[in-house]
Amino acid sequence: MAEEFEPRIVAFLCKWCSSAGSDLAGVSRMEYPPNVIPIQVMCSGSVSPLYILSAFKKGADGVLVSGCHPGDCHYIKGNFYARRRIALVKGQLEFIGLEPERFQMSWVSAAEGKKYTEIIKDFVNTLKPLGPQTKLRRNP
Amino acid sequence: MKKKTGVFVCHCGINIAGTVDVKKVTKDLAKHPGVEHSEDYIYMCSDPGQNLIIDSIKEKGLDKVVVACCSPTLHEMTFRNAAKSAGINEFQCEIANIREQCSWVHKDMDKATDKATRITRSAVERVQGNESLEPISIPVTRRALVIGGGIAGIQAALDMANTGYEVVLVERSPSIGGHMIQLSETFPTLDCSQCILTPKMVEVSKHPKIKLLTYSEVQDVSGYVGNFKVKILKKPTYVDPEKCTLCDECVRVCPVVTSNEFDLGLTGRRAIYIPFPQAIPATYTLDIKNCPGLLPIACGKCADVCDPEAIDYDMKPEIIEEDVGAIVIATGFDLYEKENLSEYGYGKYPDVLDGLQFERLCSASGPTQGKILRPSDHKEPKEVVFIQCAGSRDPELHCAYCSKICCMYTAKHAMLYKHHVHDGQAYIFYIDIRSGGKGYEEFVQRAVEEDGVIYLRGKVAKIFEEKGKVKVWGVDTLSGKDIEIDADMVVLATAMRPSDGAEDLAKKLKIALDKDGFLAEAHPKLKPVESVTAGIFLAGAAQAPKDIPEVVAQASGAAAKAIAILSQERLFHSPNVAKVNLNLCTGCGMCVDVCPYEAVSLKDGKAEVNEVLCEGCGTCQATCLRAAIEVKNLTPAQVHEMITASLGG
Repeated sequence: MAEEFEPRIVAFLCKWCSSAGSDLAGVSRMEYPPNVIPIQVMCSGSVSPLYILSAFKKGADGVLVSGCHPGDCHYIKGNFYARRRIALVKGQLEFIGLEPERFQMSWVSAAEGKKYTEIIKDFVNTLKPLGPQTKLRRNP
Repeated sequence: MKKKTGVFVCHCGINIAGTVDVKKVTKDLAKHPGVEHSEDYIYMCSDPGQNLIIDSIKEKGLDKVVVACCSPTLHEMTFRNAAKSAGINEFQCEIANIREQCSWVHKDMDKATDKATRITRSAVERVQGNESLEPISIPVTRRALVIGGGIAGIQAALDMANTGYEVVLVERSPSIGGHMIQLSETFPTLDCSQCILTPKMVEVSKHPKIKLLTYSEVQDVSGYVGNFKVKILKKPTYVDPEKCTLCDECVRVCPVVTSNEFDLGLTGRRAIYIPFPQAIPATYTLDIKNCPGLLPIACGKCADVCDPEAIDYDMKPEIIEEDVGAIVIATGFDLYEKENLSEYGYGKYPDVLDGLQFERLCSASGPTQGKILRPSDHKEPKEVVFIQCAGSRDPELHCAYCSKICCMYTAKHAMLYKHHVHDGQAYIFYIDIRSGGKGYEEFVQRAVEEDGVIYLRGKVAKIFEEKGKVKVWGVDTLSGKDIEIDADMVVLATAMRPSDGAEDLAKKLKIALDKDGFLAEAHPKLKPVESVTAGIFLAGAAQAPKDIPEVVAQASGAAAKAIAILSQERLFHSPNVAKVNLNLCTGCGMCVDVCPYEAVSLKDGKAEVNEVLCEGCGTCQATCLRAAIEVKNLTPAQVHEMITASLGG
């Protein structure tokens, strides 16, 4: 039997909420699939659309951007910019034919370790039936 | 210059090594481009672990370091200091978080090892793009601003002033004292609130280091930690406190009667008034909203009778500018309005009071000189129902949170009622009794045992007036029986909410609010008095509902944090700030618009970053179409390399 497809995900986590929430999941020993490589950024508002495209181009099967809850941004309003920017990116990705499920945004506070694990579990389960992402991958 | 990176992988006992093959990660990283040295050790944060890093840097001439270990929130500082002591710039050290975000959350050794390798490679790529930076140094204005003159603000101001720093204390109402001065007695000791607060108020008024601005509001705050510029609007009181002799003649002739806010509408006051006898500053205020007019032709009676000529109708609003290094916000709370509670009569029944009104009714300085008489007919109520959680713990209709102090003050109210009306009966409807605190549980027991207060576990469904009584329909969930009480008076322990104007002030100060509108602390556990903005601290019920001892402790905590800033001549700020590539910048100004800190401006058609204001969030970096602005040591080029390292191989 062929080995089950394991999607590779890049997650951009803001330092103050989502990365801290992910740390909390660790401290609380909540298990979740190891498919995600986290990249800590200062704020979800610093995630450029180019980062997302770059991740897909380099072979990511899914990309997650996670920030503080709207209104709770450590930098006051960075996640509002992220939200607006990401809505546009999502539309663009759909337009070029990428499955919209491959790109997600979430709000995870520093206290929501459990939520983080659930988001990762759901994301991995969503990506598995889709198979490898080849649309944007440079060398499929 | 060839990069010589050292990678140090920590076992953390079995915390990491239990699920990650540390030896394999170390071996794999040794092959990564630019890695000169790769080593593992059981506890990297231990003294021998740190020495291992320091010695390797010196022996192998490393210029960059990655430590793969726990979260950077824990030991980033440790390892950066180690790197610094070995002679390389502290910003040439990065952490790969392979514990919280890897070993602790996975079980499959192969997969966890692969992930740990990728995380560490990504950190290596990042550090290889790092520049050496020096913390940014800024001078400090060594005086503080306190906003709000309740117990929190008073305590914070006194603590700072007694340490020797000048304090500007701003209060929007005519006197300091806040809600605490309205209270009758305080739990769990039943000491008189005014008696314990007024000494502190007097100390504030006489303190050489405290500049008290009452009847004043903060209009605008600019600047940054260590150097804030504050504009304060001082509203005219139309009375010169220097000349006023407190003779009270003006009050006697004033023809206007309006609702007295100090007694929460239970009494009236004149348009010219002193809020309460111990008011600080001790002077009158002419409430212009209710005064018939400042022209002598309209009234002018108060000025006519004022012998010392203290009343000046020509007094104008004043803008006062102050420079401060730190700010403490202590804007307190207000009560959730009875008008919001349909089930309890929308506040239209005169004998249904809120907690603060009942405090005034019990107070010796209150409308009835401490006799408990119900407002409608001034008769002594023989049966009083107290309803807890009126508006609290009700996510569907009102406030989701627990207001924390109501269990205790309701027990106190019931007790005080019994002390005044010996043959009366007090009933308390409650959901739970939350009496955590020193002497609190004993206090509730005392109410039950000594004062015969009847606690009924359940909610009141409805109250309404009938035949001079307030009928209370509720249920006792412990006995399962419906309860109907013909009460003479009902007291609602209405929820605490952030005070009016807190939201506005938060916007002016660029600090965040939580989901309930209280001021948000920087970290729920480890930074409970810091706001998210450096140099701005929180004290008291503005941050969350809390009782007096907690408020005082938090206020002293906020003062200590502010003193930590004021005690330094210069401050240091993280140098991970935005910088502009002038060759690429077209001066479109998009970065200027998105910067949450107003740290970017246009100068000669190009963006310019004020490094002191910049917090390094990177919103500008994601917005710039030409990649002309980037945050030092987390540039787009670095992130792209990190993505490659995360996915490659």
